[in-house]
Amino acid sequence: MSRRQFLRSAVLSITGAALMLGTAGVALAADKPPIKVGILHSLSGTMAISETTLKDVMLMLIEEQNKKGGVLGRKLEPVVVDPASNWPLFAEKARELLAVQKVSATFGCWTSVSRKSVLPVFEELNGILFYPVQYEGEESSRNVFYTGAAPNQQAVPAVDYLIGEGVQRWVLAGTDYVYPRTTNKILEAYLKAKGVKAEDIMINYTPFGHADWQSIVKDIKKFGSAGKKTAVVSTINGDANVPFYKELANQGIKATDIPVIAFSVGEEELAGIDTKPLQGHLAAWNYFQSVKTPVNADFIKKWQTFTKNSKRVTNDPMEAHFIGFNMWVQAVEKAGTTDPDKVIDAMIGVAVPNLSGGYSAMLPNHHITKPVLIGEVQADGQFETVWKTPGLVAGDEWSDYLPDSKDLIADWRKPLSCGNFNTATGKCGAK
Amino acid sequence: MRMLLLLLSLLVTPLAWGQATGPLIDALATDDYAAKEQALTALTETGDPAIVPALKALEGGQLYRRLTDDKVVIGRENGDNISLTDPLSGDTLGSVPAGDLELIRVNNRLRRAIGASLGALTLRSPDAAVRRTAAEAVFVNRDAAALPLLEAALAEEQDAKVKRSLQQARAAILLADANLGTEEKLSSIATIADKGGQAALALLNPLTGSTEPAVAKAATEAVRLIDNKLAWAAAAQNIIYGMSLGSVLLLAAIGLAVTFGVMGVINMAHGEMVMLGAYTTYVVQDLIRAHAPGLFDWSLLIALPLAFIVAGGVGILIERGIIRFLYGRPLETLLATWGLSLVLQQAVRSLFGPTNMEVGNPDWMAGAFQVGEVTITYGRMWIFLFGLIVFAALMLLLRRTPLGLQMRAVTQNRSMARAMGIRTARVDALTFGLGSGIAGLAGVALSQIDNVSPNLGQGYIIDSFMIVIFGGVGNLWGTLVGALSLGIVNKLLEPLAGAVLGKILVLVGIILFIQARPRGLFALKGRAIEH
Repeated sequence: MSRRQFLRSAVLSITGAALMLGTAGVALAADKPPIKVGILHSLSGTMAISETTLKDVMLMLIEEQNKKGGVLGRKLEPVVVDPASNWPLFAEKARELLAVQKVSATFGCWTSVSRKSVLPVFEELNGILFYPVQYEGEESSRNVFYTGAAPNQQAVPAVDYLIGEGVQRWVLAGTDYVYPRTTNKILEAYLKAKGVKAEDIMINYTPFGHADWQSIVKDIKKFGSAGKKTAVVSTINGDANVPFYKELANQGIKATDIPVIAFSVGEEELAGIDTKPLQGHLAAWNYFQSVKTPVNADFIKKWQTFTKNSKRVTNDPMEAHFIGFNMWVQAVEKAGTTDPDKVIDAMIGVAVPNLSGGYSAMLPNHHITKPVLIGEVQADGQFETVWKTPGLVAGDEWSDYLPDSKDLIADWRKPLSCGNFNTATGKCGAK
Repeated sequence: MRMLLLLLSLLVTPLAWGQATGPLIDALATDDYAAKEQALTALTETGDPAIVPALKALEGGQLYRRLTDDKVVIGRENGDNISLTDPLSGDTLGSVPAGDLELIRVNNRLRRAIGASLGALTLRSPDAAVRRTAAEAVFVNRDAAALPLLEAALAEEQDAKVKRSLQQARAAILLADANLGTEEKLSSIATIADKGGQAALALLNPLTGSTEPAVAKAATEAVRLIDNKLAWAAAAQNIIYGMSLGSVLLLAAIGLAVTFGVMGVINMAHGEMVMLGAYTTYVVQDLIRAHAPGLFDWSLLIALPLAFIVAGGVGILIERGIIRFLYGRPLETLLATWGLSLVLQQAVRSLFGPTNMEVGNPDWMAGAFQVGEVTITYGRMWIFLFGLIVFAALMLLLRRTPLGLQMRAVTQNRSMARAMGIRTARVDALTFGLGSGIAGLAGVALSQIDNVSPNLGQGYIIDSFMIVIFGGVGNLWGTLVGALSLGIVNKLLEPLAGAVLGKILVLVGIILFIQARPRGLFALKGRAIEH
């Protein structure tokens, strides 16, 4: 290469590089930094069985939103962390999301104990958490939006349905932790208020992962043979359900004799069981995959395409994330910023379509309105809706049936801005 | 009365059947459950036995509405298509894709009504066993509408056993009638009391509060007698439950009795070997479902050797790859195998997904049978027997084969065994593989009663260690006795203290026991334990 040629090529390449730099600069100006969205679901450990699905659905929703152009003209960027079903790790990971990754909103948690563990972090660092699972209520935080069902949006209507079916004797069976204990306390008070006698209520708690149900199922059978129609209200959680239902089927308890209505068993859980012997057992949720609406058909199709599995099922907490995510998008658009204080204020009153054909709205107590559906298990592992509340039910965070909480309300609108306002004493924070 | 006449007239005029029932069956094709129930009542009132197949199909989720002409048909899955038959005549109607049909769905109320109808309609079947089942169905449903059919069947019944069932069913229906005379009530109570059991209690309990003193007295007396009988049955039942739980614990622990008990390796990944066995069962069933559905009933037997090989193979790999470097360092072994258990769980989670896998029960594992008032489920019975067989086989292997002799020699005195020409490294690997393989066998059994999920093994690891230590480390008989006694104690405590407290009490009991007898139930004596 002669000296001249070298010079020429050098000049050319320099101009080329300068040109490229120039275009890159233009692109950067148009491409504002993405909005980070935290996903705080266990991908390993005991809860991975339920939470992995929610991580996937969030990734799908974010991808969909980015196809539509993102939010405020900015792309969304998911930040996935794995708290590994370890409750203290939830708090650490939440801190990482808020302090290091500076996410604008977080979608996460399944168990109440994980939510309680991250709550102080979100309050301290002023983050936003969307919590998608049905829970025991008795809580309302300024920084948390509860898109799952409160007890009055699941447990109480379920019991109402069974009363209408002529049930007079009740077995309240649950796993031994805070959600079943609180829910059963509410239900017991509710049933007694409806005139059910104490001897017609049997309460039973079992440890996590209880696998040997022989004697408890036998007790239920015995309790159900007192000549009154009996039903089991099950708050049994997670892995304990499969052996429980298998034992019911083996001991020949059919839904026509003693129906079991479950609050924690959805399509995902049934995927691991042969459902033929379980036909007719019930579940109460705010959404079933079998709901026939165009928006649900579209959601299922997108989900099965996204997961590349035509047999993947959808379930209630997924719908809760669908609602919560769309609410957040709308609130951010409304506020015109991702500033947490402004988004939190903008959230109240936001209404988005749910998957069962109506609209869900965010209430001042940070809970949402939803319909309540009762479904019967079908042979194909789906639920057939047999009953539905006529309208939407507003989430009630402080139960009216517990003496400690019946005077409390939450209202995060100014000037009240209080999560536990006592209407009897007129003070905030007094339980 | 009018209905009785109608039914009787229909019963003696079979010629009128057929033409009338066709449109009635088509009326089932509606989305409204109340309308379906009405259609069902109308169908039952015809008393036409020809509708039995249609009702059975409705109950079993095989009755469809053909979308082209709204005709109701029975459909059976046939590959991707559904082959149709006429619900009344049974004629084949060709086969159509699933999209052309809509399933007629049922709810619990309808299922009850179908059960009652089927009972009433099959009361006069030529087969005595069917008649008896029908009588039982009527007894359970106590549908007053079935009474005329029941009376008619009773009048012509010859078989004594069926006759008794029919009488009990009649008594059950009569007792539900508030206007029944005292005499009738008393005789009905006697008939029901004769039947005994939980079902009789359900009928008699409400009557103990009757306003008629004679009825209340008879009912109270009958309830007391049945209760007494049931109390004995309940005690026997609890012991059987305990033995069943014990056999599950035995299966989970027996592999550990080899790796931990005989070899002294603290293997925290033992539960994951159980899990691998369960997943092997899943894969076997999945393949069978896809390629040879007829073999499904054999799936567990096919899975057994495969699970043994898979889990045993992984066990040998673990021993060769990790554990052999850590002999004599229990703390490091514990940490390494615990880490390994997490790795294995996550590997399975990545491979199969985090959700539960469906492992079906073959027919011979499902259901239950009665011995008096004691219910024994087939699944549990087979698992109990399987546990004992595995135990016996392992005993034989260790006591009666050269390999067993070498295993015992190596674990008792390694250097002496080596001096005698035994390849100790190979024996170590085989022993560990054997323990893991047995855990794999346990996984096949546990897949029948528990979740097949990556966490399956975690639920059993603590219990397994507890049993091996309680029974006495290094002693297989101790493991057997330990597992069964812990199972029985657990089940006896459960009704008294509740499942949570029961478990705590057992744990406290074991801690105290270990304080008193640190070497467990059956302590090994002599030099074997000194090293």
